[in-house]
Amino acid sequence: MEAVIAIAIGIMFGAGVWLILRPRTFQVITGLLLISYAVNLFIFIMGRISINQAPLTLGGGEIDPALYADPLPQALVLTAIVIGFATTALYLVVMIGARGLTGTDHVDGKEMDK
Amino acid sequence: MLLLLLILMPVLGSIVAALMPANARNREAWLAGGIAFTGLLITAYLYPQISLGDLGEGGIVRYQLDWMPQYGLNFVLRMDGLAWLFSMLILGIGVLVVIYARYYMSPNDPVPRFFSFLLAFMASMLGVVLSGNLIQLVVFWELTSLTSFLLIGYWHHRADARRGARMAFTVTATGGLCLLVGVLMLGHIVGSYSLDVVLVSGDIIRAHPWYLPTLVLVALGALTKSAQFPFHFWLPHAMAAPTPVSAFLHSATMVKAGIFLLMRLWPSLSGTPEWTWIIGGAGLCTLLIGAFTAIFQHDLKGLLAYSTISHLGLITLLLGIGTPLAMVAAIFHTLNHATFKASLFMSAGIIDHESGTRDMRKLRGLYKVLPYTATLAIVASAAMAGVPLLNGFLSKEMFFAEALAVGSARNWSMSAAAVLMGIFSVAYSLRFIYVFFGPLATDLPKQPHEPPRWMRFPVELLVLGCLVVGVIPGLSVGPFLNTAVTSVLGEQTPYYSLAVWHGFNLPLLMSAMALVGGVLFYIWLRTRYGLIQSSRVPFLHHFNGKQAYESTMLRISSIAAVLEKLLSTRRIQPQLLLMIVLLLVVPLLIVRPVSLLTFSSGGEFSPLFAGLWAIGAICALAAAWQAKYHRLAALSLVGGVGIVVSITFLWLSAPDLALTQLMVETVTTVLILLGLRWLPARKTPKELNIRATRLSWLRRSRDMVVAIIAGLCMTIVSYAVLVRSAPMGGISEFFMARALTEGGGSNVVNVLLVDFRNFDTLGEVAVLAIVALTVYALLRRFRPAPESVPIPAQQTNSVDPAAGQTPTQQVERGYLMVPSVYLRLLLPIMVVIAAYFFIRGHNLPGGGFVAGLTFAVAIIVQYMLAGTSWVESHLRLQPHRWIAFGIITACATGLGAWWFGHPFLTTHTAHITLPVLGEIHLPSAFIFDLGVFGVVVGSTILILVALAHQSVRSHRLPISNATIPTVGKEAN
Repeated sequence: MEAVIAIAIGIMFGAGVWLILRPRTFQVITGLLLISYAVNLFIFIMGRISINQAPLTLGGGEIDPALYADPLPQALVLTAIVIGFATTALYLVVMIGARGLTGTDHVDGKEMDK
Repeated sequence: MLLLLLILMPVLGSIVAALMPANARNREAWLAGGIAFTGLLITAYLYPQISLGDLGEGGIVRYQLDWMPQYGLNFVLRMDGLAWLFSMLILGIGVLVVIYARYYMSPNDPVPRFFSFLLAFMASMLGVVLSGNLIQLVVFWELTSLTSFLLIGYWHHRADARRGARMAFTVTATGGLCLLVGVLMLGHIVGSYSLDVVLVSGDIIRAHPWYLPTLVLVALGALTKSAQFPFHFWLPHAMAAPTPVSAFLHSATMVKAGIFLLMRLWPSLSGTPEWTWIIGGAGLCTLLIGAFTAIFQHDLKGLLAYSTISHLGLITLLLGIGTPLAMVAAIFHTLNHATFKASLFMSAGIIDHESGTRDMRKLRGLYKVLPYTATLAIVASAAMAGVPLLNGFLSKEMFFAEALAVGSARNWSMSAAAVLMGIFSVAYSLRFIYVFFGPLATDLPKQPHEPPRWMRFPVELLVLGCLVVGVIPGLSVGPFLNTAVTSVLGEQTPYYSLAVWHGFNLPLLMSAMALVGGVLFYIWLRTRYGLIQSSRVPFLHHFNGKQAYESTMLRISSIAAVLEKLLSTRRIQPQLLLMIVLLLVVPLLIVRPVSLLTFSSGGEFSPLFAGLWAIGAICALAAAWQAKYHRLAALSLVGGVGIVVSITFLWLSAPDLALTQLMVETVTTVLILLGLRWLPARKTPKELNIRATRLSWLRRSRDMVVAIIAGLCMTIVSYAVLVRSAPMGGISEFFMARALTEGGGSNVVNVLLVDFRNFDTLGEVAVLAIVALTVYALLRRFRPAPESVPIPAQQTNSVDPAAGQTPTQQVERGYLMVPSVYLRLLLPIMVVIAAYFFIRGHNLPGGGFVAGLTFAVAIIVQYMLAGTSWVESHLRLQPHRWIAFGIITACATGLGAWWFGHPFLTTHTAHITLPVLGEIHLPSAFIFDLGVFGVVVGSTILILVALAHQSVRSHRLPISNATIPTVGKEAN
């Protein structure tokens, strides 16, 4: 379980890094999406892995924190997911705006060889 | 309090003056003069408190505003005798300069700017002398540099004014930076930045190993400001300023700030050979160079500028000598110099104003037309030359006495230098007054006549001061001087006498020698040397400070250009690469990665989970592979990864995250789909029949290596975290225990978001709203690339019957009929689901974020199906209002807590008993969550709809295709 998640995070992060180093804006936005998955998951696992222990204290009474998943990373990641959506939207608009203004989808706004 | 007023008045006055109309010369002058005069009265009123102690210690007036008391950084104003004297000088000369400037400035000059800068300068100068904290002093110090830059460059249409201002600013501000470092070191040595502490810790400072560097840095600050050798070159160029500015800056204020600093820190830094060599050496060089160069100037103001440099050198030398009596002479001469130099600058200004030139080769016989001004100027320059019965004589004699004392019987060189300087100063004073004698020049640009009564008044007052101090020094300035001296020297205050006549002694002889020698030297220069014709300064013209400055500046900028070319790039790829590499390397350097890795055999292995991630990994890699040529495929694959992540959240006990991730995934995919249309078609190299170059293969391999290393590092770190057990006693336990009892909800994640950490959430929804509005604003000015404008080829296929239909027709009769029935049916169901998620959010997975996204998706689906026009003709959506409603609701909930006397955003849980439903817990966090819901709905819809509208708009632009109806708010 631990190994699977660790490898998954690594693959997503590596693929994202490869993509953000590419010259086309769409590649970069894809890379950012992949990196944000990896980072969200990475923050999430700071609360370690727990199965069938959702942080819902339905029973009330005395609560043993060891029986529940850590709610703090979850709250942080929830915020991060929504903010990630906002930045993606902003990047997308800048991307298509730059394409309209410069006539190319290269990240620098001009083709390298020209 | 009065001290604060002293600084605040000119600051406020400066703002008011800046807002006045351009032709309000009188009102401006009244304002500025009134402020300076009131300040003068306040300062005079404070004198009894300053001079309190008759024996030794003088009184100190303080005002303190705590800023960061734990770091010893407070806003402290502190007025002792020295500060009092300088304040009087600044404000007194300030009043006179304002009166003078009223008549000097031409009606064409924009006076609001002038008086505004002048008042701002006055405020910062007062700040320097009144600061009780060293850091604060440096701040005001730099402010004087800045405001003097603005004043010198007042006539910014003139190139020499711009260059002079820039040079003055570069030199003095650089000195200011040195001073800042020096002051920080001083503060470190003493352990406090408070001036009171620094002043009594002289012994600690002098014994400290950092003493020499501190002294050098502080001296650099003071010497640049006071135009001391080798930084004296900026002052003559600053003469491009209007004459009132020169009179103010170069007599009483700006250049005296350096002198003031040396006096202020005299108790802490002086008394060592280093002090004498650095300060005294600079002073001596400046004294002689300035005086000698002044003789050979042809410009009236140029002569005065060099004589100012020379007199500043004299004061610096006196401070460098470092005996208490020298200190007395230095303070006294500061006062005297300010008086006669201000009046001389003003006289020079009058001559310039009346005759239209300042060239001493042209000006002749002005006494005939300007008898009053001439008399005043002659008296003032006699004071400058050190003629008896004038104030200059007294302080110069003190200087001679000190020069004798320091050289004692062994060494006469200092005395010789002093007499030489005296001779030079007599010579340049004669040169100055020579313009009044002889036959009246006929080739002047203007016919001179006496200036207005009030333009002469400041000069009269100052010259009167010279006379009074010169004749009865003990009665006029004696007590004030004594207060100032005592505040610096304390118990070391020596006995001194301010009498005019001390009997026949060596200083008197030196004075006489200087006077006679000066006259003879001047006559020799005129008759034999040909002073009028000489176009350059003998001996010294090689030492051209300006040239050195210009070439230094040029070299600095060319080095910067080279460095920029070498080290920086505007291309984003190398920057990102550097960032990623640093991200990998820096943590590796900090932690020891080897000890990080421990394998554990424990933990169950789920084949299903591994299979899930096999799919996820393949999707991620395939997306990376396809993103360049097959964008749609890449987008779908990324969506696949998102779904796998979402399932992982669900698997690992995070239902809220799973829901949010799923909804965000949907919205993001739709968003990017809308954007894809505006990107250029990209053909594979195979289609284009080209091959990648070796360079690009090399680049790709390098990026691949970086990416693999990055992935590996993330894997290792993640694994290392996962095999360690979570630390106990974290903050999470607090949240777990209090969520239900105090937050009133059993879904801890939601309670965290809307209750415990709701200030964060408020900030987050604000960011979301700002992004949505930014996207909307950016798209209003969106111009697509020309080849993206026509309807895509796929939609204009003649075989496809749908191509001839509008979206509405497609929905009603075309191939979208069946989905449309389903999806329109689904709309109310999805809205109900959103409401359900929202209501149960506090106790079970759900909440404002998820509900908002669900609601937005319900709307977006309608757009996708029926097209923009149909949806907007059937539904009145106003995303802006949703956002406004959400933000206002969230903020109002927070402010509501204030109403009940609790901190911002405190949650209150109401228990209401309703007839049918029974008892209901209604926390105010619920209303906050409603605000979150509103913002999420509004922002999401606004972003997506704004993007969707682009397609409608662009179809309309080039071809007025009748089949596409024009609807939409973007109709401009």
